[in-house]
Formats: sequence, structure tokens, C-alpha cells
Amino acid sequence: MARYILKRLLAMIPTLLGVAILIFLLLRVVPGDVVEARFMTQGSQFLSQELMDIERKKLGLDQPMWQQFTTWMGGLARLDFGVSMWTGGAIGEEIKLRFALSLQLALMASTIATLLAIPLGILAAVKQDTWVDYTVRVFSIAGLATPSFWLGILMILTMLTVFKWVPPMVFTPFWVNPWENLAQLIWPALAVGYRYSAVGTRMMRSAMLEVLREDYIRTARAKGLWLKLILTRHALKNAILPVLTVISLEFAFLLGGLVVTEQVFNLNGLGMLFVEAISRRDYTLTQALVMLVATIFLLVNFFVDIAYAWLDPRIRYS
Amino acid sequence: MPGSTPASATAELARAEAPRWFSAIGDFVHQRPLGAIGAAIVLVMVALAATAGWLAPYDPLETDYGAMLAAPDAKHWLGTDAFGRDVLSRIVYGSRTALMVGLGASLLGAVFGSLIGVASAYFGGRVDLIVQRVMDVFFAFPVIILALAVVAVLGTGAGNVILAIAAPMIPRCARVVRASALAVREMPYVDAARAAGYGHRRIILRHMLPNVMAPILIMATAFLGEAILLEASLSFLGLGVQEPTAAWGLMLRGAAVQFAESAPWMAIFPGLAISLAVFGFNLFGDSLRDALDPRLRTQ
Repeated sequence: MARYILKRLLAMIPTLLGVAILIFLLLRVVPGDVVEARFMTQGSQFLSQELMDIERKKLGLDQPMWQQFTTWMGGLARLDFGVSMWTGGAIGEEIKLRFALSLQLALMASTIATLLAIPLGILAAVKQDTWVDYTVRVFSIAGLATPSFWLGILMILTMLTVFKWVPPMVFTPFWVNPWENLAQLIWPALAVGYRYSAVGTRMMRSAMLEVLREDYIRTARAKGLWLKLILTRHALKNAILPVLTVISLEFAFLLGGLVVTEQVFNLNGLGMLFVEAISRRDYTLTQALVMLVATIFLLVNFFVDIAYAWLDPRIRYS
Repeated sequence: MPGSTPASATAELARAEAPRWFSAIGDFVHQRPLGAIGAAIVLVMVALAATAGWLAPYDPLETDYGAMLAAPDAKHWLGTDAFGRDVLSRIVYGSRTALMVGLGASLLGAVFGSLIGVASAYFGGRVDLIVQRVMDVFFAFPVIILALAVVAVLGTGAGNVILAIAAPMIPRCARVVRASALAVREMPYVDAARAAGYGHRRIILRHMLPNVMAPILIMATAFLGEAILLEASLSFLGLGVQEPTAAWGLMLRGAAVQFAESAPWMAIFPGLAISLAVFGFNLFGDSLRDALDPRLRTQ
């Protein structure tokens, strides 16, 4: 097991290196750079080549690409993300604030998704091909079809017209004022959680259907066990793994991929930061964000695999 | 056809052609009511897109500053937006954008994805290993982040949005198709084709690809809904289709949110159109998957 864990961890390095090379090159193909972007926003009419060259030299953009890349890699190896090309502030600090918000939102949305998916999936499987099953399926497919940003707009609109109340639009960290914090984040978490529960519900339903046809379930039924007991003790244990996998893998993407929902709810999360960074051609910040999200994705993947081996004794890795 | 002699079979077949076609639809509606609803929504959407010019009451780009933010009434069924443009007409025309981007992106994603997947499985060994590692890299990006990165490189506009949405779909399709193609590769007919001296290209395109069509079709329909949703998201961010083109995501941007309280029709109807369209494609795709994938067949 220890060897397997080590092997898996080491296997992450080439993938991360690939991600690094990809985003590094992709950014440099994007027309314009941070210096041009800044002169543009200032509306400066004196776009002198000289001035731009001086700026570029300051940021190290005049160096050859391989040198820029090795400098960046050297920093990453020491867990030093460097400084933002736009603000000049340390990237670690810039990300820290946004990360707390995105992490909390992703956690809340995943919890909501799990709480919806597991009971609904079981219900649909047990009542397969009845109107209950159809209702659950329509509900979950509708969740998948509804853009969470539109759901967010509708939520705000409803609260505004019915309750004459809008959720707070300024982020308050949980430890400062938990009530205020939850009053703001519960809505985007619901909008996103509903959407992501759909994948889990469908997975739960099909996994449950498969398990319910197993011989040992028939045995349990023949013994005259309660359906409730069979479902919770016998079936759920075997059907839940793929559902938890799907939801945890989505979790990794929720961290950096909620760009549009963040926009609707005026949240300054990692997604908005990414859009900002890329539009400003802030290479260092964009690279750092991509590496962060990719690392978390790989780590979640890794933990899911380990958890599988731990939870399911039939799976053994060598 | 029971009870028919071989001689009369052809005649019978010709006669039965039309009713059988109908009864096939009837069976589908009966066995998969949800799929039939999905198919109906998809058909309505295609019909809207095809007849938009004739169906839409107004020109989707025509501004009427006398009727800005007008509430739904007999003249403008779904109201007007901040420029006095008819919301209904823009939704009808928006179906064209959604279908074009959706079909374009999923076609592109499915074609390239399945070619890569089949080739990777066919060649195996080192080629397969390298392709898989490259796919792993793409998998580590959230879909929207990858799409945003491609838009940043190529710029906005419908054509580039298609490419941006297809990009994250290629590795996803490749992975699924590869898994199926691995099994096909072991089939005797592939060995036979190789023994007959056919080239790689011929074996991949003529012998392997047709046999992994089911997963490709399933992926492509699943992509369609997702692509429409992604297009709406990108347009909503202002990084997709550009004004004044009629696109659903674009209609939800800016004024729709700003005036959501006084003119809710601007925020409600385009979103409803997105949801309904994606809903239809997903329902249809689900039933298609159930029908094509024997493992998922109930009983």
C-alpha cells in the first residue's frame, strides 16, 4: 500500500509538469501581454516602445521563454508562486482570500449535492419505472439543464420581489460573522449544489439498481428482512462508492470552475480571479491559479482511489 | 414478418414500410416517454431555428427606443429589452446560435475525440501511453477554465466559441471511445484486416470506428446539451457570442440582471429557453444511451 501511495504521488509530477507547460505556452500565445493591457486601461496615448520595453524588463518578460519557465518552476519547487504581474503583490496572499471563499462554497455545494443525490437516487431505484422514478429523473435532468447562474438570478429576483430582501453582497468570512456569511453563501451553494446533485442522483440510481439485482439482496429479502434495513445496511454500502467518487471529483472543479455563478452573486472567488487574471494577461497569477486547481484535482483523485481501497476490501492495489 | 413466404416478403415489406416507420415511433413513445418528450423539444427547437425568419414577429436586431423595457403585451408577447428589441424574436433567433454552437462543438469534439481514442487504442503501447498522459493533463482543467483559455487565445465570436467548447470535449470523448475501442481491437475481424494487409488508416476508419459508433453517439448527444450550456455561460460572461447577435446567454447579461426587478421578463424567458433546450437534449440523449447500451437496459 505504501509503495502504491508513493507511486501514485510520483505519477502526479509528470501530469503537473504537463499542465504547467500547457498553460505557460497557452498564455504566451494569447495576443498582448500585461504591459500592453495596463497601458490600454490607462488610456495612455504615449505608448512608446521604449517605455513598454522597460516595463517588460522589470517583469522579466524580455528573457527567453525557457528561462522564464525555469525561473517559474524553480519558484514552484519552493512553493513560491512569485508576485502578480499586475498588482505586484505576492500571489500567495492574493489567492488566500479568494481560496477561503471558494473552498467554503465548494464544500457547501458538495454537501447539498450529496444530501440530495443519495436519498433521491435510492428512491428512484427502488421505485424504478414508476411515476416516482420519472419525477426524480425529471428533477435531476432539469437540474443538469438549468444554468446555475440563471437559477441564481431567479433566486435573487424571487427574494427581492417576495421578501423584499437581498442576500448580502459583500463577503464576510465565516469566523467573523457566521450568520452573515451563511446568509450570503447558502444561495449560490443551493444553485450549484442542485445542479451537481443531478450527476450524483443518476449515479446513485444506476448503482443501486445494479446492487439490488445481486444474489445477496435476494437472500436478504427471502429472509424477510425489512426493506429499509436491506437498503441501508446491505445495498447502500455497496452502491455508494461511485456516487461519492463523482461528487468528490466535481468538488475539485467547483473550486475553480464557478466563474459564472460567482459573477451573478458578486463573489470574489477563484473563478472570478482567473477571469480577471487572464484578461489582464497576468501570466504569473493565471499560471498559479491553474496549477492550484490542477493540483487539487489530482490530489482529490488520489484520495478517492485510496479511499476506495480502504472502503472496499475487494480492491487491492499493488 | 411471421407467416409470410419468402416470395411475398419483398412486396409485404414495401407495403409495410410506412406503417412500420410509424409504429417504430409509437414504440419509442410508448417505451421511453421521457425520451419522446426530449425528442419533441429538440424537434421544436430545430423547427424554430429553421423557420426563425418567418416565425419571429420582429427583426431580432431592430431597436425601438419608444418601447424600451416594455412589459409583455399583445404587441410584444415576451416584452422588450433595454434597447426595445423584442425578447420573443431574440429567443427564436437565439435557437439558431444555440444549435449552431451546440452541433458544431459536439461534432468537432466527437470527431477528433473518437479519432484520437480509436487511434490510441489501435496503436497501443507507447503511443497509447503518451496520448493518455496528454489527456490526463487536459482532464486536470475545469471545463470552463479550458474554454476560457481558448477564447483568450482565439478571441470571441461564434466560430471561436465552437472551438473553445470543443477543446475540453475532445479528451473526454477520447477516453470513453478508447475504452470501447480496446475491446474492438481484440476482435478477429481486426486481425483479419491486418492479415489482409490493410493500412492503419483503413483499419481505424473502416473497421474499428463503425464498431464504436454507439459510445460516440452517446457522447455526442450528451455533449450537445452541455455545449449549449457552456455557450450560454461564455456569452453571459461576455466572452462568447457578441452583441448584437441573438444568443440566449447574451440576453441574460448586463441589463437583464440590472433591471431584473422592474423588467423580470428579460431575465426569465431566455433562461427558460436555455433550460428547456438543454433539458430536451439531455432527455433524448439519456433514452438514446439506454437504448444503445445493453448494460443499462432494465431487465
